[in-house]
Amino acid sequence: MKKKYGSSVLDISFRIITPFTLIYGVYVYLNGEISPGGGFQAGALLAVGVVLARLIMGAENKIYNVSGRSAVILAGVGTFIYALTGWVTMLRGGKFLDYGFLPFAIGSHGGHMWPALHATGILFIELGVTLCVMMTIIDILDVVVERTDIE
Amino acid sequence: MRVLATIILFIVTSVFCLNVTDLPVIGDPDSAPNSHVTPHYIEFSEEDTGSPNIVTGVLADYRGFDTLWETTVMFIAGLTAVIILSKNREERFLKKKKGDKK
Repeated sequence: MKKKYGSSVLDISFRIITPFTLIYGVYVYLNGEISPGGGFQAGALLAVGVVLARLIMGAENKIYNVSGRSAVILAGVGTFIYALTGWVTMLRGGKFLDYGFLPFAIGSHGGHMWPALHATGILFIELGVTLCVMMTIIDILDVVVERTDIE
Repeated sequence: MRVLATIILFIVTSVFCLNVTDLPVIGDPDSAPNSHVTPHYIEFSEEDTGSPNIVTGVLADYRGFDTLWETTVMFIAGLTAVIILSKNREERFLKKKKGDKK
């Protein structure tokens, strides 16, 4: 294994810990409705993966990186996905965030439509929460680093 | 001023201490938090929300509106940090000032 990132500690962190943190973050998000956990924790884990990669590689990190500007935009997109789920259910005749009125369901809960629709709604809003939390952590890091470069 | 603050602190502390005895006993099945909607959540959470985990069911489904604004607060916090600390904004601001002088 060629050493590319300085010492072997940084090498192992970058090659092994960062990808596993990201995969674990995705797992926590997808498993959020079944086990304790969910959007907030998954977002924090995904952000830790990106922050770790950035700490090791610095500015020339091209593999696991989100630029500050797109992080701000994606944080807004995450919040918008959450609100959009509410609006979709409203447009289809339900109340705000009444997941029983969603147009489709992912998976089936033993053929029962109502729990499947609600699980789909939870999945969508947690996607929004995950994006928002992850990108907020990254963009705070980004502006703080940017500010340290000036002075 | 110090004396006044001490007196107010004493009064507030004694009010809190007196009210502690009126709090429900921990684990009391007839207390207000354990008798209003909690039994419904425990009984029907899985068929209502499709989530085997009651905490997620309450957080994302029964209390979904609350979580929406929680997310919005987080987004606004990040946006505020960006607005205050951003380099681009400072540059733009300084350029505008120079333009005014010209």
